[in-house]
Amino acid sequence: MRRPELPLLAVTLTAVLALIVFAIANGLNPVLLTVSIMIAATPLMLAALGELVVEKSGVLNLGVEGMMIIGAIAGFAVAVETGSPMLGVVAAALAGAALALVFGVLTQMLLSNQVATGLALTLFGLGLAALIGQPYAGIKPPAFPRLDFFLSDIPVIGRVLFGHDLMLYLAFALLAAVWLFLSRTRAGLILRAVGESHDAAHALGYNVIGIRLAAIAFGGACAGLGGAALSLVRVPQWTEGMTAGAGWIALAIVVFATWKPGRVALGAYLFGGVTILQLNFQAARITPLWLLALALLLLAVNASVRRWQQGRPVAPVLGWWAATAATAALAVVWAPSIQSQYLSMTPYICTILVLVVMSGNRLRASLAAPASLGRVFHRTG
Amino acid sequence: MKRRNLLLTAAALSVGLAAGAAAQDDPVKVGFVYVGPIGDFGWNYQHDLGRQAVEEYFGDKVETTYVEDVPEGPDAERVIRQLAQSGHDLIFTTSFGFMNPTIKVAKQFPDVKFEHATGYQRADNVSTYSGRFYEGRAVIGHIAGKMTESNIIGYIASFPIPEVVRGINAAYLAARDVNPDVQMKIIWVNSWFDPAKEADAANQLYDQGADVIMQHTDSTSPMAALEGKDVIMFGQASDMAEFKPKPRVSSIIDNWAPYYIERTQAVIDGTWESVDTWHGIDKGMTEIGEMTEAIPEEVRESAQALADAIAAGEVHPFTGPINKQDGSPWLAEGETADDGTLLGMNFYVEGIEGQLPN
Repeated sequence: MRRPELPLLAVTLTAVLALIVFAIANGLNPVLLTVSIMIAATPLMLAALGELVVEKSGVLNLGVEGMMIIGAIAGFAVAVETGSPMLGVVAAALAGAALALVFGVLTQMLLSNQVATGLALTLFGLGLAALIGQPYAGIKPPAFPRLDFFLSDIPVIGRVLFGHDLMLYLAFALLAAVWLFLSRTRAGLILRAVGESHDAAHALGYNVIGIRLAAIAFGGACAGLGGAALSLVRVPQWTEGMTAGAGWIALAIVVFATWKPGRVALGAYLFGGVTILQLNFQAARITPLWLLALALLLLAVNASVRRWQQGRPVAPVLGWWAATAATAALAVVWAPSIQSQYLSMTPYICTILVLVVMSGNRLRASLAAPASLGRVFHRTG
Repeated sequence: MKRRNLLLTAAALSVGLAAGAAAQDDPVKVGFVYVGPIGDFGWNYQHDLGRQAVEEYFGDKVETTYVEDVPEGPDAERVIRQLAQSGHDLIFTTSFGFMNPTIKVAKQFPDVKFEHATGYQRADNVSTYSGRFYEGRAVIGHIAGKMTESNIIGYIASFPIPEVVRGINAAYLAARDVNPDVQMKIIWVNSWFDPAKEADAANQLYDQGADVIMQHTDSTSPMAALEGKDVIMFGQASDMAEFKPKPRVSSIIDNWAPYYIERTQAVIDGTWESVDTWHGIDKGMTEIGEMTEAIPEEVRESAQALADAIAAGEVHPFTGPINKQDGSPWLAEGETADDGTLLGMNFYVEGIEGQLPN
């Protein structure tokens, strides 16, 4: 990171403030809302961070959905059998990693096509999970431990920062670790070098296949953890097909976040946030236009901060502010009957809109993608 | 998701075909198409119990095949056609969204009998059948109205089709009958089966003050999500008994087994005709699951009395005076709703707030 991610910080801060103001204005409880959003975002964040590392090493593993659901059932089954959710979490990570290594052996050693193998991995994972899960449908998992101590009794802050399940903290620890690893360590530099040019890395004497296998296993473990966060914490239950596309969303978040850990976290929280808000809006009968206004507001903040940082005139971004104001005004005066199908789309639309426009500079976006992503490495000579 | 369904479909079909090849003595082949997994412990699970009852009842005389997790889209038509082509004599398509594909395939296979659940289009070889689930909704609405302390009832709805709208209206009217202050908060999740989203919706309704939550989606995840909280809920489509005594305090059970046996028998006897069946509590197609001790005894008694009165035909859940949401009159004093209006119900009754998606 050559310069601080000021726009990212500004956008995050704005999102949090807007959420609090909006929740209070509409009689929703901002604390409960925040807690729900954190729970909803955790599985996505775990899986997306894992995939980020995999892609940084130059491998495109489209099997995230499959690894997630294997993690979900493995974690659930072990937690039920042993009565220990922690063992379940470990099992989920191991199962995700094991499935990922199947992909790793196929693509790295046997040189199969990464896209096709990844898709197959998803299908295989879903089927295998359904098979393993047969005896576990309708069973209750043991309660997941929470970080509950005296600090969680502090009003508001205590409830938001403490008292969560451990998966949530694990996700943030992972975020910090991945960021540090990729941008501050020699090993991270080597991993990125492998992802940028596997031939050059190989010529320098690095074990490209070994490094990629390790990255793939790590990505699988993270996806497995994401699955466990779903089956042990968020739902908490095992049902066939319960990931319902979360793995694909995690994949999309990595691309839209231009392979940056901080933005991956932002994307996961945006998606989780809009999903939860969308449901709340329905129950409280608030027009979903506010979600669009929120997305536009974030974009306006992003554009303004970026221009200010670069010392360019801020005038051209007034359009974003105008659009935000117009949408908000529309939301105030007009309560349209929006079909619930459109409502269900809003999480996708808002997240994609924000991440795409934030990474708007096409040249930078294409530079951010690891140059060897998805390319087959053949060790010649 | 689609790819996964393709795979499952293909797998299920090949199992079915393999079983078919090994068959002897030309048994009647009965096919079932489910919209979700049979392990949902809700709608699809219950249909599959019906299928198992057919197998048990007829033994060697029938052979059943099922295809689960069939999306309500182009895939559905392909799956139904596959079943028709592979020699099935009777095919049950068990979701509203299978209506058009069923009718379309039925035209091409006039000798195959089709049974479509919850739809309204029939043909010479297509029957329709459904349960009067709204009768069950009225009973649980009654319990909800009596038991809510916050006067907020949460409702997790799937798609804005008449069957779901009818359920919301029936539950609301019954709740308001016993509690004029009751208010309903509705969340549409736009899916029959999405455990994570259903659980999120349940949590949000709870956070917004609902102390009674009903669902018209197929998974048990809302109950799993709110277990241990101060809230009561109801099993949907199936008993969902593993969440007894609380949050699941009662349930609406769809009992398809007698109907499936009767219709299979008709095909065996050659007496099958296209009919429209809509049975309620009286014929046992809609059942009220055990009311647990979490419900006070007098409420249990009054709810049972309501169920009995509905079964006896003394009470109709939609009895006037009832206005539509916009205040225009629908049913006059003492008038009851006719089946035609109920089957096409696309409006909220007066008192429910919010816009019905269309």
